[in-house]
Amino acid sequence: MPFLPTSPEDLKDLLSVIGIEDVEQLFSAIPKEARHKGPLKVEGPLDELTLRRRFQAIPLRAVFLGGGVYHHFIPAVVDSIASRQEFLTAYTPYQPEISQGTLQAMFEFQSMMASLTGMDASNASMYDGATALAEAAIMATRIKDIKRIVISRSTNPAYRFVLKTYLRNNHEVEVVEVPFDPATGRVNAQALEKLVDGNVAFFLQQPNYFGVIEDMETVSRIAAKAGFWGVVVSEAASLGLLKPPGSFGCDVVLGEAQSFGNPANAGGPLLGFFCTRKEHIRRIPGRIVGLTKDTAGNRAFCLTLSTREQHIRREKATSNICTNEGLCALRATIYLSALGPKGLRDVAVQSAAGARTLVSALEKKGIKPVFAGEVFDEFVIPMDTGTFKNIQDSGIACGIPLGPNYPEMKDAVLMTMTEMNTNEDIRCLTELL
Amino acid sequence: MNIPDGLYYTKDHEWAKIENGKVRMGVTDYAQHELGDIVFVDLKPVGAKVNKGDSVGTIESVKAVSEVYTPLPGSIIEANPDLETNPELVNQDCYGKGWMVVIAVISTGEISGLMDAAAYKEYLAKEAK
Amino acid sequence: MSDGTAVRSFPVIMEPLLAELCGEGKNGIAVPSPFDAALGNDIPAHTRMPELPELSEVETVRHFTRLSRLNFGIETGMYPLGSCTMKYNPKISEEIARTIAAVHPADETGRARVLEWLVSLKGIFEEICGMDECCLWPAAGAHGELTGMLVIKQAILKKGEHRTKVLIPDTAHGTNPASCSIAGFVTMNIPSGPDGFLRAADLKDFLDKDVAALMITNPNTLGVFEQEILEIARVLHENGSYLYMDGANLNAVMGIVRPGDVGVDCMHINLHKTFGSPHGGGGPGSGPVLVKKDLAPFLPVPRIARNGSGHLGLKDDFPDSIGMVHSSFGNVAVLLKAYVFCLSLGPQGLKEASIRACLNANYLKSRLSALFDLPYTTPTMHEFVLSDKKQKSSGVSTIDMAKALMEYGFHPPTVYFPLVVQGSIMIEPTESEPLSELKRFVGAMEAIAKKAAAAPDDLHTSPGGMPVKRVDEVWAARNLILTWKDLNPSE
Repeated sequence: MPFLPTSPEDLKDLLSVIGIEDVEQLFSAIPKEARHKGPLKVEGPLDELTLRRRFQAIPLRAVFLGGGVYHHFIPAVVDSIASRQEFLTAYTPYQPEISQGTLQAMFEFQSMMASLTGMDASNASMYDGATALAEAAIMATRIKDIKRIVISRSTNPAYRFVLKTYLRNNHEVEVVEVPFDPATGRVNAQALEKLVDGNVAFFLQQPNYFGVIEDMETVSRIAAKAGFWGVVVSEAASLGLLKPPGSFGCDVVLGEAQSFGNPANAGGPLLGFFCTRKEHIRRIPGRIVGLTKDTAGNRAFCLTLSTREQHIRREKATSNICTNEGLCALRATIYLSALGPKGLRDVAVQSAAGARTLVSALEKKGIKPVFAGEVFDEFVIPMDTGTFKNIQDSGIACGIPLGPNYPEMKDAVLMTMTEMNTNEDIRCLTELL
Repeated sequence: MNIPDGLYYTKDHEWAKIENGKVRMGVTDYAQHELGDIVFVDLKPVGAKVNKGDSVGTIESVKAVSEVYTPLPGSIIEANPDLETNPELVNQDCYGKGWMVVIAVISTGEISGLMDAAAYKEYLAKEAK
Repeated sequence: MSDGTAVRSFPVIMEPLLAELCGEGKNGIAVPSPFDAALGNDIPAHTRMPELPELSEVETVRHFTRLSRLNFGIETGMYPLGSCTMKYNPKISEEIARTIAAVHPADETGRARVLEWLVSLKGIFEEICGMDECCLWPAAGAHGELTGMLVIKQAILKKGEHRTKVLIPDTAHGTNPASCSIAGFVTMNIPSGPDGFLRAADLKDFLDKDVAALMITNPNTLGVFEQEILEIARVLHENGSYLYMDGANLNAVMGIVRPGDVGVDCMHINLHKTFGSPHGGGGPGSGPVLVKKDLAPFLPVPRIARNGSGHLGLKDDFPDSIGMVHSSFGNVAVLLKAYVFCLSLGPQGLKEASIRACLNANYLKSRLSALFDLPYTTPTMHEFVLSDKKQKSSGVSTIDMAKALMEYGFHPPTVYFPLVVQGSIMIEPTESEPLSELKRFVGAMEAIAKKAAAAPDDLHTSPGGMPVKRVDEVWAARNLILTWKDLNPSE
């Protein structure tokens, strides 16, 4: 049987040392009524070749899809290093002496994320951007007297939904959505001003779900009046071009770093990240790696600030998170190391340039973006469901319809461009319009 | 185990000392020994009002966190500023430089309900069994 | 690694940080550039380039390769970590998981094929666990626990009841009470019985109309099967409470006991444990939630459903659902690896895996209980707990012995957990270990016990022969250097 190395000879040895004649005796303490009778009704066993044939590669299509998960170029070194067994199969680095590889790589991940977001510190990953946001909201309620979580409606709908799920049994806090300006696509500053006060925790996505770049100068002035505020980043490539969110004075910057070296993988695993100002470091969720020394005085790394976590603080922990997205964080670290500042800037510039190229091509067909606000690598165009379906049926995934989450925009589609798209993709699409 | 005379002790291993009608407190030698190397001390701010049995702060080692409780009601008038940068003072000198807070109490009379050095020593011996 | 000399070939100086290796102008990997870069110039760009180190490709590869060699992995040797189930990670799973790399979750065509696989996987998990419905989206065990407890909370509210308490045995994993807190419950510790399993009679003392659920792990973290579970479930249900099971120890019972058959209402499973997906140095994992049909309406959205033309898609029109718990479909690549694992083994193989996990653990227990204190004599399944009681008399503690094991080429077992045993050492070999490796482990433990008696001071300085000596966790916590900038504040 695959993966089971015990030979019949070994079996005899095991039984005799234990002092039993039959494996059944291992289960003598289990009441008979509890025992499952008969074999499990599941498929298999299937050998490797049969499995290869069953799971044929899924053919690639031209896609203009984003909305929280992005196709970006992943250099060959990432897969090559991340598939090394010593990284892939390693356990959580609770025993630092035999986990220095993982620990140092995570320290480097933390350093790069803190640097890119303009914050003081980072943890070693969360599940995804949505749960990172939910945890940030919970953290805010524990630090300050928060009565209201204010979130821009131009934040990813899935993120807002997850936030509400996490807070559904907390009756001390209400979640309020601040509307966006239907002309620019940016958060409505006047409405925001009315909602923000010292008992509010405010979160805003930058660039927002529509790809529009928010006016951070205006927002940060208003947000400074909040008890706590944070920036949510869903398209991490934007950190290669836009001003670091931390430079606007927020308490936390969190979100999704899947764009850094992790493929779309049909939705996961993703890579949540969480960065903070130094003053909040003891209240953030997730594992954190710190630098230290060993008894010989050599530099070493270990997990630190563990007293926040569930295995020590239990019900009073900052979060229940245990297993995180460690390998995905490693991939991001390798990616950022391989690309460097110029490479990451190029990814951002090409993604933005690609969006503008597509916008021009569409405008020539008489289709103008819905929002006037400047975009990064995504934008919204009007498109009725009939046209959308025709394009889908022709084999092009041209975008994400907004109707299901924004009923007032049922004939609008979110389109995304990155450096992985080509001019040929644009030509194929515009031919159908 | 160091258990100086002249101090009062609680079942949760805090010590209390009357000073000019105020109460200075910290944790005992037993407590700092059990916790191990202290890495962080978080104290309630000056001005905070506390009831009997309320927490006045937490002390953390690498592997554990402990709440520190006040045996008397009052308000915190001093919190040891040295513990922020030198939490190890609690390990090195828990009855002296490792003091934690000074509380202005309504009356020091209640303090007689606490254990003296001899009673605490006996209590520790029983606990060990 | 049992030969100390081999380890001395590690670099004495640790691998420098990327920030220390970098130099201007070194990056060479070209990014695809199909578009006119000048078009991006109207954006409010940050005038400074992103602050990242610049390294050549070969330096990047060497840096991370050298780092990898400082790690211990399951391909190096056994990880006898109790309740972690560090079993072999099949390579065919890795290969097949790559087939979905380029599929975007919003791509309906690509996604439809993946959803077919996920529907089959749901069926397999439901069958193994004896449950009616499954949600695959939680990204880790703790995430699954939180989801399960939110489901239970919603079910209770829907009945018009108000229950705030969850009972948790003292052997529970730390995520259990932490998850309950987030879900809006208050937790209450209940003691396990003297033989290490929960007594239904003791449970009755804690039951009242405020109890929403009992969270159990079965077998528990002592490796003991909760033999009174049928009565426990009956008593809970009579009280209107639910039975939640933490499925971390499912590896002991596949094909032997199905949690749904013994009264479990809601549970999660850990795919990075029982189903062989790699731990990745901390993640990603996956923690699907399974429920009985009366709790099914409350499971998260979206849900996989067939549309009119027979194709699989997603629906979220379920008014009783607790909502979304993940922005996408959980850790799909991990789900796929678990699927491949199950298909590779088939019904007999899955049961045999559990049988051999229990065999291997009982073998180790038989051989080690002479030299080490065994706090419970109750029969155990896939894991068991020892303590440092016998070695304490010569001043050697669990942590010393755990660190010493590294010198023999083993990752230490789980230590100081569960909390009910002082100085506990929790050992779980899994079915993946050949007898030769089990014998090697016994040899190492015997050598350590001898040293503890004859030369205890040696053990206080272990591990030796590693890339680093014992790491100073106190210094780390007192100084909090968490990024490169903290190391060099002037930069």
